[in-house]
Amino acid sequence: MLLKANRLRELVLGPVLMLLSLASAGAAAAGDKVNESWQVNMQPGATEIGQSIYDLHMLIFWICVVIGALVFGVMFYSIFYHRKSRGVTPSTFHESTKAEIAWTVVPFLILIGMAVPATSTLLEIYDFDDADMDVLVTGYQWKWKYEYLNENGENVAFFSNLRTPQGEIYNATDKGEHYLLEVDEPMVIPVDTKVRFLVTANDVIHSFWVPELAVKKDAIPGFINETWTKANVEGIYRGQCAELCGKEHGFMPIVVNVVSKEEYAGWLEAKKVEAAEIRGLMAQTFTMDELMTRGKSVYERNCLACHGANGEGGVGTAIAGSTVAMGEVAGHLEIGINGVPGSAMQAFGGQINDVEMAAVITYQRNAFGNNMGDMIQPIDVYNHKKG
Amino acid sequence: MGAHHHGPAKGLSRWLFTTNHKDIGTMYLWFSFSMFILGGAFAMITRAELFQPGMQLINPAFFNQMTTLHGLIMVFGAIMPSFVGLANWMIPMMIGAPDMALPRMNNWSFWILPPAFLILASTLFMEGGAPNFGWTFYAPLSTTYAPPSVTYFIFSIHVLGLSSIMGSINIIATVMNMRAPGMTYMKMPLFVWTWLITAFLLVAVMPVLAGAVTMMLMDIHFGTSFFSAAGGGDPVLFQHIFWFFGHPEVYIIILPAFGVVSQIIPAFARKPLFGYDSMVYATAAIAFLSFVVWAHHMYTVGMPVAGELFFMYATMLIAVPTGVKVFNWVTTMWRGSMTFETPMLFCIGFLVLFTIGGFTGLMLSIAPADFQYHDSYFVVAHFHYVMVAGAVFSMSAAVYYWLPKWCGRMYNEAMGKTHFWISFVGFNIAFFPQHFVGLAGMPRRIPDYALQFADFNMISSIGAFIYGASQILFLYNVVATIVAGKPTSDAKTWEGAEGLEWTVATPAPYHTFETPPQVR
Repeated sequence: MLLKANRLRELVLGPVLMLLSLASAGAAAAGDKVNESWQVNMQPGATEIGQSIYDLHMLIFWICVVIGALVFGVMFYSIFYHRKSRGVTPSTFHESTKAEIAWTVVPFLILIGMAVPATSTLLEIYDFDDADMDVLVTGYQWKWKYEYLNENGENVAFFSNLRTPQGEIYNATDKGEHYLLEVDEPMVIPVDTKVRFLVTANDVIHSFWVPELAVKKDAIPGFINETWTKANVEGIYRGQCAELCGKEHGFMPIVVNVVSKEEYAGWLEAKKVEAAEIRGLMAQTFTMDELMTRGKSVYERNCLACHGANGEGGVGTAIAGSTVAMGEVAGHLEIGINGVPGSAMQAFGGQINDVEMAAVITYQRNAFGNNMGDMIQPIDVYNHKKG
Repeated sequence: MGAHHHGPAKGLSRWLFTTNHKDIGTMYLWFSFSMFILGGAFAMITRAELFQPGMQLINPAFFNQMTTLHGLIMVFGAIMPSFVGLANWMIPMMIGAPDMALPRMNNWSFWILPPAFLILASTLFMEGGAPNFGWTFYAPLSTTYAPPSVTYFIFSIHVLGLSSIMGSINIIATVMNMRAPGMTYMKMPLFVWTWLITAFLLVAVMPVLAGAVTMMLMDIHFGTSFFSAAGGGDPVLFQHIFWFFGHPEVYIIILPAFGVVSQIIPAFARKPLFGYDSMVYATAAIAFLSFVVWAHHMYTVGMPVAGELFFMYATMLIAVPTGVKVFNWVTTMWRGSMTFETPMLFCIGFLVLFTIGGFTGLMLSIAPADFQYHDSYFVVAHFHYVMVAGAVFSMSAAVYYWLPKWCGRMYNEAMGKTHFWISFVGFNIAFFPQHFVGLAGMPRRIPDYALQFADFNMISSIGAFIYGASQILFLYNVVATIVAGKPTSDAKTWEGAEGLEWTVATPAPYHTFETPPQVR
């Protein structure tokens, strides 16, 4: 009997202990690590809130384990000993007001014990005050835009696209270490700084989730949600869109680079210089080769998912041989800049700059056998936008 | 043929024009099983794609159609109709009624179902493909950005909603009016009680779902902006309406399962249910609470903190009546004299796995922790523990339990037990690892994933294939029983079974209780 009870305890606790030892192995945070492939538990991550959530999660987990051990213990004891094959005659007891009251009141008290820490953590999460900086996060089908808001209006803004090549996704080449969790340009934020995210979307609902920064908030078109993080360890943190947002929902990762305050200041300065350079490029006239090279990379980042690697189409219409790409320049620019309302074709005028727009339109008109031979310069895009 | 004792009509017209509760119940059961196989096939396709990282078999657009149709067909086509079928067969026999109260409407509520699902399945072959926005069809992905087939989807939801409402009205009318003399409310079998409460839930929330899809229809075709901020609407409004339907819907699925388990455990423990009254009250309490917890599906939409707290506390409270139920089942087993035939095995499987699903449900109710769980595979694991191990396991238990009464033949016990063990093991291999990948950060509804999730996903897919294959064994066992099972004419198949259905002949005659029994 004692032996049986011991075995039972092993059976119940064994997997749990294994789970916990695995969890602690996976919980060493920070740095740009590749996550363990057998990770079985949530991570406290790099923030205080993340730690509180993790503690809460483990508290409830353990309460459930204890209740489960009791309930299943009684049940399996009964299954082993109260069986007909052992010759037991059934007793006929039923109804006990005392038992009913006990198993209503005791769980209720346990729930209160859970609700208290849960409430205090929730109130912490909802404390949006005193943020040191704001980043506007906008979800697009299927990429993120990060805009660093600044009271002088000198905002730094850029898009963050999946960097994993199609060849890796479609198994033509080996998959890299950060397969599907790598972007062309990550968000950069300073360490030990309360960063408030203002989260919204351009088309459908997305959700901004970085597990190790303990941030998840839905990005809803037409509304702005708030959330915040304060990372206390430098490192690269990776997440994904969490709300089904269409075909490429699985392919819009989030990468946040948490750096020292000095490094952040340097990065922001460099972004401003870069923005000034792009403004300079606007006035420049490019050669066909320059436009085609730039256009190809813009195409791969923005158009390929819907229009195909060879312009053959997919979710979007084919570009190879299309009446748009082989028709009037103005009509082609119009669709590129303002999109097609009511369809999946977005207005890219606000998403890519005029140099990129000029390059990609040129590329579409000359690649895939379209060979129109015409060139579009940034000034043409600028003029089209002005009307 | 005499005017008083007529058997079924012959041929196809028997099934097309029948008003017999047993025939209609049979049709519901076969229909739901075929939908279960179809929805299961879609799940197999998604699990095959998720077997390895990278896109191998299907493209992301088709993957989304598969997850969407899997959810819709399993919820509306497999689980709900299967319990309606069970209600049709069993409720009149359990309360001593000759048939359902509204037999012609009963025929109609079944026969509009197959066309509804034909329409839904046909969207797969339409331009732009089938619905691809998830079974929760959040706007604006399901309105402005939806494929053209969404209109057919809306029509299909309307029709199956109509079927559910008619079915529930019928059950309410039957239970309230057709109980045998002496069958007071507090003497009704628990399956009847749970279905009565479920029927009220259905009548309350199916019109809300109809409202939601009608608003979608207006947004898509008639220029309104219920769910578009650009026109003064709100995409989150959709979620509030959907989950006001959707959360009671969860209990619509699970309450009849509670009823089935409450019938079967006492039968095989050879001991009355521990607390009948408290089981009834707990069911009513769960049903009531189900109306005030819907926004726990929406903790991350940006509700005010007061709203978060209200929905968190209300949701946590559901643990109390659910706990009462689990404690009652365990206490019923305690000091019984148990045997473990297939129905009992499925009920014990239900009890263990549903309780685990209940625990993860409690974890999910904690709003701050849900900020990490929400929309991850942890949620997928949770609701499959309550939907599959809850509803589907109890449905399997019910079929094995009452099949001898239905067809007068005994199923193959060894094969039944094999079906249970393969299901149980396969189910856990499929869904337990999903807790791990969810906690480690894998979002749900993605066709491809980061390499760190690869091992558990492969295990999960293998488990899913095992679980899927075990249902073929189930089908074989049921068909073999009907065609060539060992004939039995014992009125009471199971030694410990109680209830009016065990007082009629085996197999149950076409008409039962033409003169009502006297219940003491």
